[in-house]
Amino acid sequence: MDLVSNLALGFGVAVSPINLLYALIGCLLGTLIGVLPGIGPVATIAMLLPITYGVPPVSALIMLAGIYYGAQYGGSTTSILVNLPGEASSAVTCLDGYQMARKGRAGAALCIAALGSFFAGCVGTLLLAAFALPMTELALKFGPAEYFSLMVLGMIGAVVLAHGSLLRAIAMIVLGLLFGIVGTDVNSGMARFSFGVPELTDGIGTAQIAVGVFGFAEILMSLTKKENRDILQQKLTSLMPNREEIRRSIPAVIRGTTIGSLLGILPGGGALLASFAAYGLEKKVSKRPKEFGKGAVEGVAGPESANNAAAQTSFIPLLTLGIPPNAVMALMVGAMTIHNIQPGPQVMTSNPGLFWGLIVSMWIGNLRLVVLNLPLIGMWVKLLTVPYRLLYPAILLFCAIGVYSLSNSTVDVYITALFGFMGYIFAKLECEPAPLLLGFVLGPLLEENLRRAMLLSRGDPTVFFTRPISLTMLLLAGFLLLLIVAPQFRKTREEAFVESEG
Amino acid sequence: MAKIRHPKDFAAGLMFVAFGVAAIAIGSGYPLGVAARMGPGYFPRILGIMLIVLGAVLLLRALRLKGERITLESPRPLLIVIGSVVLFGLTAPTLGLVIASILLIVASSAASTEFRWKEALVSGVVLAALSVAGFIWGLGLQFSVWPTFLGRG
Repeated sequence: MDLVSNLALGFGVAVSPINLLYALIGCLLGTLIGVLPGIGPVATIAMLLPITYGVPPVSALIMLAGIYYGAQYGGSTTSILVNLPGEASSAVTCLDGYQMARKGRAGAALCIAALGSFFAGCVGTLLLAAFALPMTELALKFGPAEYFSLMVLGMIGAVVLAHGSLLRAIAMIVLGLLFGIVGTDVNSGMARFSFGVPELTDGIGTAQIAVGVFGFAEILMSLTKKENRDILQQKLTSLMPNREEIRRSIPAVIRGTTIGSLLGILPGGGALLASFAAYGLEKKVSKRPKEFGKGAVEGVAGPESANNAAAQTSFIPLLTLGIPPNAVMALMVGAMTIHNIQPGPQVMTSNPGLFWGLIVSMWIGNLRLVVLNLPLIGMWVKLLTVPYRLLYPAILLFCAIGVYSLSNSTVDVYITALFGFMGYIFAKLECEPAPLLLGFVLGPLLEENLRRAMLLSRGDPTVFFTRPISLTMLLLAGFLLLLIVAPQFRKTREEAFVESEG
Repeated sequence: MAKIRHPKDFAAGLMFVAFGVAAIAIGSGYPLGVAARMGPGYFPRILGIMLIVLGAVLLLRALRLKGERITLESPRPLLIVIGSVVLFGLTAPTLGLVIASILLIVASSAASTEFRWKEALVSGVVLAALSVAGFIWGLGLQFSVWPTFLGRG
């Protein structure tokens, strides 16, 4: 099968009325939560996971994907108009976007952010389609040892590229792995860490852990800190950027797309890192670095393209290797598991309609976001005037109902509450929850592949070092760890994330 | 006795060590097996040891590096938010979705410093109606809507 016929197949799936509808719901919801600070795509997708149970798998994935990239569009609106990151990945957009808005160029900034995102989304989707076949072929050569090493590399990469303390992040991954193996052991049938609770013998659900640790904890942290929202009360007169702005944006969009696409594929990458990196890059290559922070259009165009490109390309490792590179993709694994789809290279062959349909739907979704978003900006801004004291109880209610609906069991609700409590403690101790979720999803896979690899090698652990692909990946993981201990790299890593706070 | 100079590192270290010890203690009854044929206890044991080691490094580091104190604000929002979710779990099966939803909204609203009774009640009623419309009619979830002792579904 060649690319064209694959895409044609995907097109057929994606434009069916039901899938168009779910993509629309996903995009709108994504934009909505992107606009609203205090709730992110991880919490939203987690909240909706249980509800997708009754929806056909393709439509469910299309909707959830729409939330992720829709949030990238929505986040920029809040950043530019309110100087508050609607989404973490749009935090850097505040720096120059809000300054542009104060100069009366809000319309232009919004337009450039949307068009840049659209361009990046298209490139990201094409890359995803192009990479799918070769990556899948590579993945089919993998045995258990290779998979084990790949997961180790993925997890190490995730902690090295993420921000915060390395030691804590690794410990959080290990803790996630431990939570991941709660439930019945597939090999022996023994219930592990289930404390005699029948609901726990099936394991902890992805939804419970994600809603608790991300959703509830986000609310608790927002409640304890005060924020003031300064919504720019000026009228958006024209959305059209002027010629000078267009001329300066085009190269920035291309650079942002490139760096975003690359960082999206890497484990631990994704939209957040991409936008920070793109801002740093724009500042470095610019002839007018002094203008940054005072309304440089490149500071909007670059990061906004980058976060959207990364949102698309982070699907590559998930769909081809079955390894989620970040927390949102970990939830997509959960969504696939709910529908009995094992993510990995076999999805493309066993379920081509789903695979290509999802890819094409992303392109259609991006197109629709541009068309929908620019005229709807007024409405999104109105939403920002809804006070948080009305918003968070509603979020809490939908979380509770969603989790309860999983299997009509109140135990699931209590487990979620428990994880909410833990999430609050993690936040207090500056332990990032994203690695926990990644470890949680990979736990059973990692154990299974470790067991199989060791069984095949008759208990000889050197198998991971004698097989070339496996060795390469472990060496890469070791190299990444060494890199972070090196002072020079450490400095850049810290700077990259501090940039936005300045 | 060395002095704790980095309270956040110290507390995080304690937490990870505690999880590690718990994993090993609870998992002590699971058969270990051998490397070639791992039993259900093998992998959790490795994870438990790793958690203890990582936690211990954090503990030791807390004696050397200096860090901020842990800021403790009032535990009120935490207790109210978590409590209102538990309340929902307790009431939903017997009192039905409508009452459980209103209870959750009103109770959790109290976590905000700008809490107002009237507003919370109105928002509770509106959201309960929306949930019934969306979840029961829209998505067809099988919940009891009204209290079960009234004899309705």
